[in-house]
Amino acid sequence: MNTADQYLKAIYLVQDREDGPASTGAVADMLDVSPASANEMIGKLEDKGLAEHEKYKGVSLSDDGIVRARDALQNYCIIERFLLEVLEVEDFRGEAKQLESVIDETVAERLDTIIDREPQCPDCFDADDDVCALLEAPATADD
Amino acid sequence: MSLTVPVGSDHQLARLLQIGIVLEEVVEARAARHARETDGLDEEVRTMLEDAVEESADHRHRLEGLVDELDAETVPFEEIETLVEAQYETDEDFDGVLYDQLCNEETAYKFYDDLIEAIEASDIDFGVDREHLLDTLATIREEEAEGAEEVTQLMETRG
Repeated sequence: MNTADQYLKAIYLVQDREDGPASTGAVADMLDVSPASANEMIGKLEDKGLAEHEKYKGVSLSDDGIVRARDALQNYCIIERFLLEVLEVEDFRGEAKQLESVIDETVAERLDTIIDREPQCPDCFDADDDVCALLEAPATADD
Repeated sequence: MSLTVPVGSDHQLARLLQIGIVLEEVVEARAARHARETDGLDEEVRTMLEDAVEESADHRHRLEGLVDELDAETVPFEEIETLVEAQYETDEDFDGVLYDQLCNEETAYKFYDDLIEAIEASDIDFGVDREHLLDTLATIREEEAEGAEEVTQLMETRG
């Protein structure tokens, strides 16, 4: 997943959580980057018509941005579900974050052919828990 | 500016190689099924699919060798074959078979390309020889590119 798509996904999730524009700081936090880096990328997304930034309010995705963000989120769901269902990775959330930049959408689509994903994906994604709410994850020590 | 994360440990490298193995296993199982069960395949296409099965098996053996050196495990082929069978769509026609195979080759190429980039961006001293690792992956990537080219030519001659 390329950098722009990771930003779009993060903005989408923050907007969903805050029910309004996403603050640059919250987007930067989610991606673990500096606010300056987030600002720069948000500017690029604006130039491409994928987002709009309003001073003192935050950033909102355009319709095109929402479509791409949802695709990116779906790919992320595929990676998480694949790690858990096929490779039986206990820390699938942590590993999905590490791997998402290396797993392109075409690769995710292939992995999707061997997992059981629900039709409502990605609407079932729970941003607070960073996981699909329908994924039956084994209990871990930090749960 | 990039969020591309360099491969940061043997564990992460092994995980990515495991994913590569599963991708090869998916290709192997799907191409074998296409070759076996698609009606009306001509000899040239059937041979291409059988070669793809053989090549994927060879790729995954090479990747398994690397994963072994990292003391990690892999998912057995039979397990992936069962998963592929469970979700396989039986009504694929001739064009669908070629298109699916092209996706297989292009997806694998993209995966190895991104993986090589993430390894090259890393300064970790892996538990497997870096030159051997990159050579193996670059060779496999090249074979995927040739495979995609072969399928594209087959599609063009039938288009």
